[in-house]
Amino acid sequence: MPKATSAKKTILFLAATLAVYALVRFLETSEIINPYWQRVLDQALITTMGALGLSIIYGFTGQFSLGHAAFFGLGAYAAGVFDKTLGQGSLPMFVVSLLIGAAVAGLMALIIGLPILRLRSDYLGIATLGFGIIVKVGMDNSSKFMPVLGGATGMSGTPQLANFDWVFWFTFLVIILVRNFVFSSYGRACTSVREDEIAAEIMGINTTKVKVLAFVLGCALAGLAGGMYAHRYPFLHPSSFDFLKSFDFLLVVVLGGLGSMTGTIITAISWVFLLEGLRFVLGETFIDFRGVIYALILVVAIIMRPQGIFGGKEAGFLIPKPLGSLAGRKGGGNAGSAT
Amino acid sequence: MEHVVDQIINGLQLGFMYALIALGYTMVYGVVKLINFAHGDVFMVGAFVGYFGFSQWGLSFPVAVLTAMVVCAILGVVIERIAYRPLRYAPKIAALISALGVSLFLEYFSSLKFVFGPNYRVVQRPFEEVQWHLGSLIVTNIQVMVFVTVLIMLLILQFLIYRTKVGMAMRTVSVDHNAARLMGVNVDNTISMTFAIGSAFAAAGGVLYAIAYPQIHPFMGIMPGLKAFTAAVLGGIGIIPGAVLGAIIMGQVETMTSAFLSSQARDAIAFAILILVLLIRPTGILGRTEPDKV
Amino acid sequence: MPVLQLENIDKTFGGLKAVSGFNMAVEKGEIVGLIGPNGAGKTTVFNMISGIYKPSAGKVYFLDREITGQAPFQVCQQGIARTFQNVRLFKENTVLDNVRAIYHPRTGYGIFDAIFRTPRFIKNERSISEEAMELLEALGLQDRAGEKAMNLPYGAQRRLEIARALAGKPKLLLLDEPAAGMNPSEVARMVELIRYVKEKFDLTVLLIEHQMGMVMKLCERLVVMDFGQIIATGLPAEIRGNQLVLEAYLGKGATVA
Repeated sequence: MPKATSAKKTILFLAATLAVYALVRFLETSEIINPYWQRVLDQALITTMGALGLSIIYGFTGQFSLGHAAFFGLGAYAAGVFDKTLGQGSLPMFVVSLLIGAAVAGLMALIIGLPILRLRSDYLGIATLGFGIIVKVGMDNSSKFMPVLGGATGMSGTPQLANFDWVFWFTFLVIILVRNFVFSSYGRACTSVREDEIAAEIMGINTTKVKVLAFVLGCALAGLAGGMYAHRYPFLHPSSFDFLKSFDFLLVVVLGGLGSMTGTIITAISWVFLLEGLRFVLGETFIDFRGVIYALILVVAIIMRPQGIFGGKEAGFLIPKPLGSLAGRKGGGNAGSAT
Repeated sequence: MEHVVDQIINGLQLGFMYALIALGYTMVYGVVKLINFAHGDVFMVGAFVGYFGFSQWGLSFPVAVLTAMVVCAILGVVIERIAYRPLRYAPKIAALISALGVSLFLEYFSSLKFVFGPNYRVVQRPFEEVQWHLGSLIVTNIQVMVFVTVLIMLLILQFLIYRTKVGMAMRTVSVDHNAARLMGVNVDNTISMTFAIGSAFAAAGGVLYAIAYPQIHPFMGIMPGLKAFTAAVLGGIGIIPGAVLGAIIMGQVETMTSAFLSSQARDAIAFAILILVLLIRPTGILGRTEPDKV
Repeated sequence: MPVLQLENIDKTFGGLKAVSGFNMAVEKGEIVGLIGPNGAGKTTVFNMISGIYKPSAGKVYFLDREITGQAPFQVCQQGIARTFQNVRLFKENTVLDNVRAIYHPRTGYGIFDAIFRTPRFIKNERSISEEAMELLEALGLQDRAGEKAMNLPYGAQRRLEIARALAGKPKLLLLDEPAAGMNPSEVARMVELIRYVKEKFDLTVLLIEHQMGMVMKLCERLVVMDFGQIIATGLPAEIRGNQLVLEAYLGKGATVA
């Protein structure tokens, strides 16, 4: 059966996205989805953006980072303080602040990444964990060097310009960006490094450059997501960017299946809704059990499916059509697997 | 000058307590190559059990410590059996996620009102703190207790690992599971034993910690766990003397920073030092690099 | 000008001298065999050429340019490719992607092209994919392009390693035991394959091999190592009767009927 042509696939995908957008928008404006769940949906999409960043770093390039929330937080604070002090609520400045959030996170990733990315897996994990703690301590004491950041009491005052429209379409853009990166020579270089770093190096790939690129890109996406977060939640607090948050991103990427964007996206959204749903289901009386149940679900899920839900597989519409003479041949590389 | 020496002693006390926890991390990593993130929470459970022992169940202090050790040894074995063994030959990251899940479970479960409850509890020491003045130095009986306990446990561990069959089994399993099996070692039991010993040590550390810094709460294990884990890596993960060395260094760094620089920054500086050490010696101070055979 | 020249190469690990006084020149178009008992230091020599180890002494020249101590990826980009003693494919990647990965970063497009799917990206991706498929066809792997590398049978994996090595358009191909674990008919096919690939892609080949069937049939010249040193060089027929070589493989006082 002939595959849909590339153009047809793209149009279908865009149409489907618009349909989803329109549907949710309708449900929100008509208050069928109430403000509480609107916020949960936005949270889910923001988490998706951040998790896709970690997916590039860990899922596709194999670099074990336990400090992802630090970059998310750096982006949040950078974008927040920029827009709060200079933005005056204008939309162009909002976008600029998001880019600044991404840039600050990316720059920090470059600085810390260059030295530590040569560490092996477990050791890289704790180095990034340590970095995350250092950043958190910095946030707790931020009022000492920049009072507007608020220190341990947190920062408020960022214009709350991010609504569903912004969050949705930015998430969409991030998904496209990540997908185009993965299904290109860059993505192949990343997975080669993940699969066998030494062989990749001997076969001519500058593995240091690839790892740093993936790390910077992934952390910049976290910073972008953080910037969006700052504009959707009126109050930024250092405790939102601690190791537990890094772990949230990690478990989404792992449970979703390493090397699968689809897995990351679906798991990120599902996990946020699951946690909120728990709050709902448990009600007032059993709300204390929320943490226990969350932990139990996590342990059971990983034991039942250690390779993750979508390990290495992608949804069809994300896979690009093979190019050139591969058209019509069986397989054809990036298609058929997430690598 | 006196202040410095006092702080050195304080640092040693902290470092020795970290050592008790760090040993568990390093031993478990040795046999199953897993970073047991739940270990810090076993430490917490030990602290609580010990506390209940000497403050509510009328046990004498040493018996309370032993009870905590036994309870946590069992807890460690149970955790390994349920949450780690099914993943032993799965991708390593899966076991790590499971460990994090267990850690969260212990914390949240302990916070439930009918278990330990979420609040901080102040620990009434079951004995008086005694201070001895050696010249201008102050040494407390608690410090002495920590030093002596840890030293004894280290000696026991040393004997166990190098002079007993169990210890040899542990060392063999650290190298290669299949080879160990073929040599007649019961790998499952050896691993369980490792978890039991490591958890018991952590429990002892927990009770001593509760006595020394007399406040306990369900989330008290997170930071000491992370720091002890850092210490184990610092010294060379999987290497027992490394865990002790790393722990002593961490204890000193933390105490000195807190006393002379800024108590706010002490965590940041401790981890910054970790990162620096790793950059110079990527496998830890006593760690061996295993070059990839091409 | 020899394609590859090793000059007085030494390599010491701690107290152990793995390679000493190693001198070798490989001329363009030759197929040279590096043989010797296990532990002789053959793979260590390869690793020093590839840049994984830096020689303790001596120099390595490739096409008259010194490459001693260069990083492995630089050595490869100069035109030296290799396969490994134990197959080291990118296991979870497809067959096609194993080959296509090697084009990085000489793809002709940059990261912005990739992200925004510019015409330059499309054009270059297409030509990379087509070239990669041609390589797969040359090695009989075109029907398995979409399979994961780890699912391939052993012989196909070895061929994929060669295809991957060729993707970088090398001038010198280092093969580390390409026939390991193969039966005689598979070895014969591998001999044919290497000859074919060498002609088609205008290569110079240096190979390590224990299978004497392959060595005698394929190599024009042999260099024999034992205990880190060269003990004999020459034509296969000469080496076959060389007493030192026999003793190295079979022990002192060995003879062949």
